Amino acid sequence: MRALVWHGTTDIRCDTVPDPRIEDDRDAIIKVTSCAICGSDLHLFDHFMPGMKKGDIMGHETMGEVVEVGSAAKSKLKIGDRIVVPFTIICGECEQCRRGNFSVCERTNRNKKLADTVFGHTTAGLFGYTHLTGGYPGGQAEYLRVPFADATHIKVPDGVPDEKLLFLSDIFPTGWQAAVQCDIEPSDTVAIWGCGPVGQMAIRSAILLGAKQVIAIDRLPERLSMAQAGGATTINFEEESTVKRLNDLTDGKGPQKCIDAVGLEAHATSTVDAMYDRAKQAMMLETDRPHVLREMIYVCRPAGTLSIPGVYGGLLDKIPFGALMNKGLTVRTGQTHVNRWTDDLLHRVLDDQIDPSFVITHKVALDQGPEMYKAFRDKQDGCIKVMLKP
Amino acid sequence: MSNVPRTALPGCSRSANDQMAKGLGYFSIALGLSEVIAAGAISRAAGLNGLHGLVRGYGGREIANGLAILTSHDPTTWVWGRVAGDVTDIATVAAGAEKMTKPRTLLALAMLAGVTALDVVCATRLAAEKGSRNSARTDYYDRSGFPKGLQAARGAARSFEAPRDFRTPDALRPHGQQQESREAAATTTPAASI
Ligand SMILES: NC(=O)c1ccc[n+]([C@@H]2O[C@H](COP(=O)([O-])OP(=O)(O)OC[C@H]3O[C@@H](n4cnc5c(N)ncnc54)[C@H](O)[C@@H]3O)[C@@H](O)[C@H]2O)c1
Ligand SMILES: [Zn+2]
Ligand SMILES: [Zn+2]
Repeated sequence: MRALVWHGTTDIRCDTVPDPRIEDDRDAIIKVTSCAICGSDLHLFDHFMPGMKKGDIMGHETMGEVVEVGSAAKSKLKIGDRIVVPFTIICGECEQCRRGNFSVCERTNRNKKLADTVFGHTTAGLFGYTHLTGGYPGGQAEYLRVPFADATHIKVPDGVPDEKLLFLSDIFPTGWQAAVQCDIEPSDTVAIWGCGPVGQMAIRSAILLGAKQVIAIDRLPERLSMAQAGGATTINFEEESTVKRLNDLTDGKGPQKCIDAVGLEAHATSTVDAMYDRAKQAMMLETDRPHVLREMIYVCRPAGTLSIPGVYGGLLDKIPFGALMNKGLTVRTGQTHVNRWTDDLLHRVLDDQIDPSFVITHKVALDQGPEMYKAFRDKQDGCIKVMLKP
Repeated sequence: MSNVPRTALPGCSRSANDQMAKGLGYFSIALGLSEVIAAGAISRAAGLNGLHGLVRGYGGREIANGLAILTSHDPTTWVWGRVAGDVTDIATVAAGAEKMTKPRTLLALAMLAGVTALDVVCATRLAAEKGSRNSARTDYYDRSGFPKGLQAARGAARSFEAPRDFRTPDALRPHGQQQESREAAATTTPAASI
């Protein structure tokens, strides 16, 4: 089959690789009908996340048709079922899964030892996402093996186009969880850094959950236009000071809820800040660029909440922890517990409350994937979300 | 043994339209080979007496086009290539025929028209399935993502109960909203809160 394969920093190719096979009786194989490129894939493309190996198959936003089912998954899945695959692999039985904390499932990371060492305790196995999280082959491919398939799936009805359902795999529940983590009150202003696909979904979720005001921050006009269409007031941080404008929009008090939908590859917002982090990264003293985190801690209203779906990989520097502590901020973060939200979100899609396909700007064949990684990373061609058709 | 449908040729996926393209690819090669090998006979049959050099050249084109279809992952452009070739063929037969009403000229044209129709169907279906790249856009002001409109969306999910472990501790809630906030929220009309 054909698949998008990681060969090294900024080197992803469409290769012919062996088709997946059932390896465990809880596995299923799906024929992929649609998949997508995620902002998290960019961290692998740019090689900011450690633990990638040459030959790894990319992709964790995938849906398709079940073509083969292992004996232990047969009670839950059958050939022909149409499923969306959550990016977190879950056993459904461990203590964390039973609590709904699916992204920290204790059993699905087959490189548990490595993760225990790096993070203290393992997190869930993820598709197409570094050997720290199991090194499972991803779904930017014609076929995908779904481990623990009896639990790791979202069944979707026929007759609804892939475009409306695909993002149940990741960015839609991620934006939703980001907003739910804010526990939005009708009097809240929610500020969202980053108007990429995750930011866009977070904006829609905050609007649906009834925030008084949603403010979106980015520097790309086309992304800001999409944010505005979704109901946000926008700030272009290259044209004005984010902190000043946020204070202006909240009577000088700052937003109660702040969402970081940017993560470790943030653009610097001031030059001093930028030079500091570039230098540190170059000397390997720091792995991530936490500009957004710093700004959020500074501008958030005391007793407010920071919700952080943006991905970080390792060590962060110059975090104003004094401000965080003294202001009594609540920090909520994590990879998304996808299956915790998807039943509800699927109904919202079927009820026409939201149609997540609005975010797709490019729909191309799988073998155009490598060039689309570049277009998405470099924000060329108005690119916001790429959907791939194998 | 595994019953996963295996991809036959490297680089070929298997939707019904891909299969059809593959069929056309094989057809291209077969036709191309016969045009190369039996250029004389074919040019006579199509009413193109004396043009066997040209026919042989067209055969080469068919073979190349067929191979391209069979080996490329997204054969859409190559199937469009076949359509372009069909048009050339029709034009050649029409121009080269001594008399348009000759039965063999008519037969050749009818066959070509049939193949062209197949190629067009296959190419348009493939294009719809594989999608195409959007031309550069600078704004997306028309993409709210809310089928019922932005106004209807504001607060539409307010009745959603955040799970207990996702709730803000009471002490951090806005004053006076510790308990009532959720009930109040449910009764506020969306428009009133903007
Ligand atoms: N928690 C999860 O489960 C989860 C799931 C999916 C994605 N993510 C993460 O969410 C983040 C966003 O993903 P995406 O797909 O939207 O990616 P993206 O790269 O398309 O979006 C990031 C956006 O942030 C903007 N940005 C950069 N610096 C900024 C700054 N200083 N201030 C404001 N905006 C800034 C960029 O211009 C860009 O539009 C990534 O880190 C991704 O890894 C997390
Ligand atoms: Zn993702
Ligand atoms: Zn588990």
